[in-house]
This record gives sequence, structure tokens and C-alpha cells, in this order.
Amino acid sequence: MIATIVWTIVIITVLGLVLAAILYFIAKRFKVEEDPRIDEVEAVMPGANCGGCGFAGCRAFAEAAVKAPNLDNNYCPVGGNPVMQKVAAILGYEVKEKLPMVAVVRCNGTCENRPRTNYYDGLKSCKVKAALYTGDTGCSFGCLGCGDCVSVCKFDAISMDPDTGLPVVDETKCTACGACVKACPKGIIELRNKGPRNLRVFVSCINKDKGAVARKACKAACIGCGLCVKTCPHDAITLVDNVAYIDYEKCKLCRKCVAVCPTGAIHDVNFPKPVERVSKQKPAVVKTPVEKTVKTEA
Amino acid sequence: MSHTFSIGGIHPGERKISRDCSIEAMPVPDTVYISVAQHIGAPAKPIVAVGDKVVTGQPIAEPGGFVSAYIHSSVSGTVKSIGPRKDLAGKQQTTIEISVEGDEWAEDIDRTDSLVTVIPDDNKAILEKIRTCGVVGLGGATFPTHVKLSPPPGKKCETLIINGCECEPYLTSDFRTMMEKGEQVVVGTAIIKQVLGVDKAVIAIEDNKPEAISHMKEIIEKLFKLSSKFSGISVMPMISKYPEGGEKQLIDAVMHRQVKSGGLPIDVGAVVQNIATALAIYDAVQKNKPIIENSITVTGDCLEKQRNLMVRVGTPLSYIMDYAGGIPADAVKIISGGPMMGKAVSNPDAATLKGTSAILFLTSPQTERKIQSQCIRCGRCAEACPMGLEPFLLNKLALNDDDEGLEANAAQDCIECGCCLYSCPANIPLLDVIRVAKAKILGIIKARAKAAAQSK
Repeated sequence: MIATIVWTIVIITVLGLVLAAILYFIAKRFKVEEDPRIDEVEAVMPGANCGGCGFAGCRAFAEAAVKAPNLDNNYCPVGGNPVMQKVAAILGYEVKEKLPMVAVVRCNGTCENRPRTNYYDGLKSCKVKAALYTGDTGCSFGCLGCGDCVSVCKFDAISMDPDTGLPVVDETKCTACGACVKACPKGIIELRNKGPRNLRVFVSCINKDKGAVARKACKAACIGCGLCVKTCPHDAITLVDNVAYIDYEKCKLCRKCVAVCPTGAIHDVNFPKPVERVSKQKPAVVKTPVEKTVKTEA
Repeated sequence: MSHTFSIGGIHPGERKISRDCSIEAMPVPDTVYISVAQHIGAPAKPIVAVGDKVVTGQPIAEPGGFVSAYIHSSVSGTVKSIGPRKDLAGKQQTTIEISVEGDEWAEDIDRTDSLVTVIPDDNKAILEKIRTCGVVGLGGATFPTHVKLSPPPGKKCETLIINGCECEPYLTSDFRTMMEKGEQVVVGTAIIKQVLGVDKAVIAIEDNKPEAISHMKEIIEKLFKLSSKFSGISVMPMISKYPEGGEKQLIDAVMHRQVKSGGLPIDVGAVVQNIATALAIYDAVQKNKPIIENSITVTGDCLEKQRNLMVRVGTPLSYIMDYAGGIPADAVKIISGGPMMGKAVSNPDAATLKGTSAILFLTSPQTERKIQSQCIRCGRCAEACPMGLEPFLLNKLALNDDDEGLEANAAQDCIECGCCLYSCPANIPLLDVIRVAKAKILGIIKARAKAAAQSK
């Protein structure tokens, strides 16, 4: 009885030692050399594994960043400049400071602005809906309202507004990872410069139809009239395919375009609430370009 | 003995309530809107300008590539505009708008009703005529027919199958065509048979249309006495089952051969053409008449009078609906095509295309989406799938964006028949999800093939 127990212990111990020795030599022989900096970089990453940088996760980003000769193509949009500076310090690279970005929904087709022409009762998914048809309003470019952007957001930064039927971005939570931009089958969401003191001006419409068609489908559509292009003193606005687009790098936030837009398609965000001063200014600014055009024609 | 395909399939209620209504010619509308994208492949290029006078049957757009087709004016009048217009799904398509003036036809079109049974011997001339008359497959896919009738070198067609199954519920336009223009269909079949150089042609008809089966048999016997060119044509009764009229299902049922994944029917020696296509080929070759009109079933349980109409291509759907007595008060959904594969109309101002087969009005209880619950893994969708796929698995893979898994499980082979969705007791919208996944996988396969071709 005792002998059995003793022998068992002896055999197991010897076996364990032999296997440990084998494992030790194999580990020595086939050791994978890994750059210790990968672990260091990973430690300073946000750890959300959102894929916003274009890699599978934070570890994959760290591996790529260590391998790359510089940091030009690798940027963590979630961590932003502070994290990238830490990464640069570990790797000894220089990092270009990028402007903080935020997701912007370029559709203004609220239930009021965009009357429904039909009802969709299928699967609540923009991807599926877009494969079937162009949407339940006259506008074939606008938001489908099924909330694919909401479900892909890993930071809980987008929610659907039940009153307007449009997604709303919470800019304090948005990390500009770009998941919603990829998820939107209509390409409505864009990453834009957050702007100084979070002030920004953008065209909230991507309707490429001709003015009359766009206007019929949605009261707040960009009709491609070009008034904003003429008004902009900084050459920041371009008009392509009947849609105006504001280049945020050139825009100086003067808001003259907001005042002249006849449909209100240009939005200004986070500016102080309009006081009387602004409301007085509005008609004055509208008049000037009209007069100008009349003069040049005459 | 009736035949059918070997796996899957369902049998929805037939509801062929318009079967006794003979095809009536609908008055020509004031304006037609003819899209240049009426077929699979490259859109046609307009060859008329705004202000041009056109006559019925005159070509107004030429093929934009090899897989493309001519488009003809379906009316006589003046070209009012050429520009984007919304189609059935609301997408912008280049459309030629023609305002109707008079009823003048191109001179070389034979407008008489006389049956021409003498088939010309020159196959090349026949193919050219099919091409210039803009004939496309009218079974639904609208694939240019001249391309289908020119098999790639090294591949030989053994059996020609003429698809008269019309397995979709409600649709009756093919049935009426067989009953009223059976002779023309058989002559059209003989023309295709001669072009392909095959000895055997099978007209497949579901056994829920016994009149059509006996009628077609009689015609074939009658024509066989006229010329040996009508030999080898037979009628094959099929068991009424959906999707009997699917190309791959029909080949399986008639020839007991399976087309492999990504393959074409010609790989197993088959060419499938629809009844309406056979008629269009007859019109093109014997009468010189391009596709300018097609028969459309206007039906629905809520409609007072069912109709089979001969409608000019490019007629706005709203005009047809007005002619049929307006949209019924209790109709909640209008479908272009059959209830299984047709598409809901979101824009009633859209115009008909060559391939439009029906306008169907559905009422609220018919279209109601039932509350979706969890998959109970009963396997009914896999049992119903005529392609032998596992829809429950594809649904799950698609929701997880697993592209490799989707391709490994052949999502690209889905024919979008809707049997899975029809049979699901948990009301899971399987097809809606799989359709999107299929498009994505096909895109990936195409991109891969393109990259491989470039690297060579």
C-alpha cells in the first residue's frame, strides 16, 4: 500500500522533471524575440480595441507602430495627441499633432422637413434598407433612420433623436474612431475638425439632386444655389454635384454662409445663442449679395 | 409523370385569380419614360437628342458594352428630355422621356397577326436580329438574349428548356401568353433550337395549368406536320412547387443535373429561356418587331377586376393603376412582380421596364410583419432552401460580418427566392440579411478575380 503511493509520487515527480526540462529547452531553442517596446506602447493605449486606427486592436496598433519607420500613418484617434506623444516618447519618433476630430451627421431631414412618401416595415437596419431602396422619403441621399451608426458606436456617443428621427452625436463622448462613418450606407457621417472651442460650421446635407428636386423632397436640403460660395470671403466653400462643402481647414467661422443659406442647410454648432444682434444682422447680410449680383448683371 | 427539382422548395397558395382574363391592349399613355438600364450589364447609350421625332420601334439607345442591349421607342412622338429619373426603388436612372403624338410605326415592322412559320436558315442573321431588336430574358433577370444564345467556344448546349412554370403566386401573364400566342411561342422555341443547334427542346409547365399543357401539346403536333424544324419539341408537366421556375431548379428537374457554385447552365449543357422571351424572339425574327410592349398582370385580392394587360415599355405605373381603377382603399403595399421575389414600389411614378411582369396590390393582413422571435433551430429554412444552403447559419454569419464564413457556406449561391423567410416559424427576416451579405460576397469574389487578372 505504502509502496504504491511512494512509487506514484516518484514516477510523477520524475516525469514532471523530465517534461519540464524538455519544455525548457524547447522554449530556449524556439524563443520568439519580441520587441519589449510593444508591451510598453500597448500599456499607454486607451485599450478600447475599437479599430479606429485601422488595425485589429490596440495590440495590433502597437506592433505596427513599433515596426514602422515613423508615426505618419499610425494615429490613434481615440487617444488623440496626448497618447500619441507618449507613444512617440517610447519609440523616439516625432509625432505630428493632429486636430481633434468629431463625427458630424450631414442630414437635416427631420420628419418636418422631409415628408414621408411610404413606410418601411422591414428589418431595422440601414444596410438592409439601403439594399432594397432609397428610403421612405423623396430624398434618395438622406438618413434612413434605422440606427446602424448607433449600434456600431463603442463609446455610446450616438443616439437617435426620437423627435427628428436623426442620429445625434454626443461630442464629449465621440472619439472620432470612424466606425459610424464606415457603417453608414449613405455616407452621411463625416469626421470633421472639432474646431476652436468646439465651434464649427458645416453643410448638413449631401443631396446631389438638382435644386428643385432636392427642395421638393426636403425643406432643408442644399439646393446648390451657390450663394454661400459667393459669400464666403475665405474661399472655403466648394460646390460639387449641387452640394456645397465647407473645407474646415480654410473656414474661419465667420458664419456669413449660415446667414445667406436660403434653406438653412448650413449649420453652426456651439456658437452662443443668437441674441438680437444676430437677428438684425441676418437680413442685412442677405441683401448684400443679392444687390451685388444685380449690379454685376446690369 | 410530373417532374420537380430534388431539394427544398415550398408551395405557397397559388392565387392565380387573373388566369381567365385574356390579355387586353392598354391605351398608350401621353408620355412614356424609357430607362436606359432595363437589362443586366452596362446601361445603353442614348442615340437620340432632345427634340428628335421618333416612331414606334425605332432604336433610341444602343448597347453600352458586350453584355448590354438596344432600347427602342415604344411610342411615336417627340423626345422631351433625357436625364435622371427615379426608378421603382427611388434610384436615379438615365431616362428618355417621349411625349406621344399619333401612332406611327417603323416601316419594317410587320404589324399583322398572321403566323409566320417559315424560319430563316441563316443563324447569324437571326442572332443579329435578336440583338438589334433588344431582346432580353423576360423571366426576371433581363439578361441580354443574344449573349445567352452564343455559348462560349467549347461548350455545347444539349437541351433547350423553355420556362413556362410561372411558379410565383398571382402571376398569370405567361399562362395567358401560352393560351393566346402558343403558336408564336412554339415558333420562337424552334428558332432558339435552330440557333443553338440542339435536337431537344422542353417546354416546362407546372401541372396547375393543365389547359396550357394540353394546348401547347396540340400546337406542337399541328406545327410538326408543317415542317421538320418543329421536331424534338416536347411539353413536360412539372409538379407545382416554388421556385420551379428558377433556372438551376428547372435544369435539375428536367435534366437531373446540378449547376455547380459559380457555374452557368451552359456548363451542364442547358439553356433556359422564358415563355415571354420565346415570344419576343418570334416577334423579333419573324415580325421584325423589337420589345416595345410586354404583358403585365395587374392583380390583387382587393382589386375589383383582375387584368392581364399589354403595356408599352415605359408606361408610368401610376397610369396603369389609374386604368385598372385606381389604388384600392385597402391596399397597403404595391409590388412590382410576384409576391415572393417582386419588389415593393416606393415610387408609383416610376415607369415599367422590359422585365416588369406584374403589379400586385396587397392588403394589410397579407403584408403584416409578424413579431420576430429567437431561432429555435428547427431547420425548416434549410429544408426549404432549393439551393441546399443553411439560411439560419448564413443569417448568423452575416450579422457577425464573417465574410470568410459566408463564402465558405456559399452565401453567393443564394437565388433570393425567399423560401427560408416563408418557412421560418420564428419570423426571422433571413432573406433581408442574406441578400445584403450575398451582394458583399459577390463583390469580394469579383474584386479578387480582377486582382488575379491584373497580376497575371
